[in-house]
Amino acid sequence: MRRFEGTDTYVATQDLQVAVNAAIALERPLLVKGEPGTGKTILAHEVARGIARELITWHIKSTTKAQQGLYEYDAVSRLRDGQLGDQRVHDIANYIVPGKLWEAFEAAEAPVLLIDEIDKADIEFPNDLLLELDRMEFYVYETRRTIQARHRPIVIITSNNEKELPDAFLRRCFFHYIRFPDRETMQRIIDVHFPDLKHELVHEALTIFYDIRQAPGLKKKPSTSELLDWIKLLLVEDISPEALRTRDPAKLIPPLHGALLKNEEDVHLFERLAFLHRRERGGS
Amino acid sequence: MFFSFFAELREAKVPVSLREYLTLMEAMKKRVASFDIEDFYFLARTALVKDERHLDRFDRVFGHCFNGVETPADPQTAIPEEWLRKLAERFLTEEEWRQIEALGGWEKLIETLRQRLAEQRSRHQGGGKWIGTAGTSPFGAYGYNPEGVRIGQQEGRNRSAVKVWDRREFRNLDDTVELGTRNIKLALRRLRQFAREGAAEELDLRGTVKSTAHNAGWLDLKLVPERHNAVKLLLFLDVGGSMEDHVRVCEELFSATRSEFKHLIHFYFHNCIYDWVWRDSRRRHVEQVPVIELIRTYDRGYRIVLVGDASMSPYEIDKEGGSVERWNDEPGEVWLRRLFEAYPRAVWLNPVPEKYWTGTASIGMIRRISEDRMFPLTLDGLDRAMARLKRRG
Repeated sequence: MRRFEGTDTYVATQDLQVAVNAAIALERPLLVKGEPGTGKTILAHEVARGIARELITWHIKSTTKAQQGLYEYDAVSRLRDGQLGDQRVHDIANYIVPGKLWEAFEAAEAPVLLIDEIDKADIEFPNDLLLELDRMEFYVYETRRTIQARHRPIVIITSNNEKELPDAFLRRCFFHYIRFPDRETMQRIIDVHFPDLKHELVHEALTIFYDIRQAPGLKKKPSTSELLDWIKLLLVEDISPEALRTRDPAKLIPPLHGALLKNEEDVHLFERLAFLHRRERGGS
Repeated sequence: MFFSFFAELREAKVPVSLREYLTLMEAMKKRVASFDIEDFYFLARTALVKDERHLDRFDRVFGHCFNGVETPADPQTAIPEEWLRKLAERFLTEEEWRQIEALGGWEKLIETLRQRLAEQRSRHQGGGKWIGTAGTSPFGAYGYNPEGVRIGQQEGRNRSAVKVWDRREFRNLDDTVELGTRNIKLALRRLRQFAREGAAEELDLRGTVKSTAHNAGWLDLKLVPERHNAVKLLLFLDVGGSMEDHVRVCEELFSATRSEFKHLIHFYFHNCIYDWVWRDSRRRHVEQVPVIELIRTYDRGYRIVLVGDASMSPYEIDKEGGSVERWNDEPGEVWLRRLFEAYPRAVWLNPVPEKYWTGTASIGMIRRISEDRMFPLTLDGLDRAMARLKRRG
């Protein structure tokens, strides 16, 4: 089995690599948490790419049931076929629609299965998947058949912490908390995404970015994905590093701040802080 | 091999079970981590810790347990043999011991070590003979010689002077310290009871179609009770005075609760509850609500949460006219008791850290009045408070 070491578009820190490789080697699910925008969902895509496997994604919504991942019995189609006198109606297997988990179990080569935002679902959802993820098999009642994984898929589960996950579920997973990248890692991330960016611009942008993150009391701190969006905007608008460095009192907040601050209260707060900061510096 | 580490984790209240321990062993067997303490740390973390709130505790225990491995020793001072032997006992397997025997036994090993220490003057790295790090000599840290004796290492191999677990990066995720909006939301969600109570009200369309289909086309109506959040809450927030320090935390709690309940009514008070509370903190002299009326309006099914630091002069609780706002005919204690009597499910959340509670007389008084239903304003305290709110009486 190939080891995952990040890809050309994804910077994986050493701790993340160890976690992913442990999950791959031991064939256990990997639960990934972390601030929004630190690349939890992208991770699954990149792992699939990094070890050259198919990716199957299962996005969870508040109405998703565990059963939907296994299979669904399409009773309505069968009713219609029954009334129209279709011959298919005699075989119930015709109306069993496989779900994402089934799909992953049937794959010829162990795929990467992403269960995205598991915390969005009902509190019982993870419990309903315990056995399926543990033994990688389930039973189809309608056809009296047991579906077994041909190869145990690499399961990556993301959570935004909206609900607490049950202990029994956690015990079966590896866990990794993606920490907000430090400046050095962030520099590498930017290099990966914008290889020909002027060094100066990156430096100024990063300084402003970490300044904003440090502002106390922000409702929503900007994250990696927002930083990347912002830099993209700076490039499109062709803003020079000098413009970022400007200390013009009329421009208290950085240009195109809309990409970083997503909340008008945060914008006000930041303006106020920037003003105080400047006055302090002016006075000293 | 790492059982004492495991035991210490449990002692530090990191919820690890045998299953996680075995997973770690299995991963070690499969060589997921190379022979590198940092890799091992990451592996142990991903296998043993399942919640970011426990990461900091894990780091501390890890630092403590593997301190022996990491303590830098000055090679110029003599190393007690006892200490070396102990270290070796801790980390060498039986097989490795046999290999040591092959080299001429423990005595010989120590003897050689002494000799080399004497020959060596300065810190050394790499190479095949001298004591230092990353070499193949039997002495030093991170070597690949099975007879190796760890003398500790100065710094992590990952060019960092501070070890990863010593940086304590996850400190602010521990649930016993800080409380941010996200944490509170998490705790308050526990209050939600998706109790499916009451009569069947809603047509279950899916269920109806499905059971009709199962019924070979005969209509079979299915109904489900409407899902609603049954929790009704009165929130009392202390504003002004000594609470200024805690206003930010309280506001976070407040903004988090607002979106959680359908029946959430908030009131403000200053220091202690008297005959009046306010609906609006800025217009406290205009929008006043008599507490008696409040008790009449909202039935016993409501739960109440008081947020305040309970730090005031004892007179404000037990004397008439003690209020700092206006004259009160009855002492605060009477009003508090009235409130707690009217609402059996009540808690008092205190932003003052629990360890300082004994230092303030008024906190003790209110704890007594509330029959010890005061909880600190941390995630852990909230958990306990919410659990208390769920109980009847």
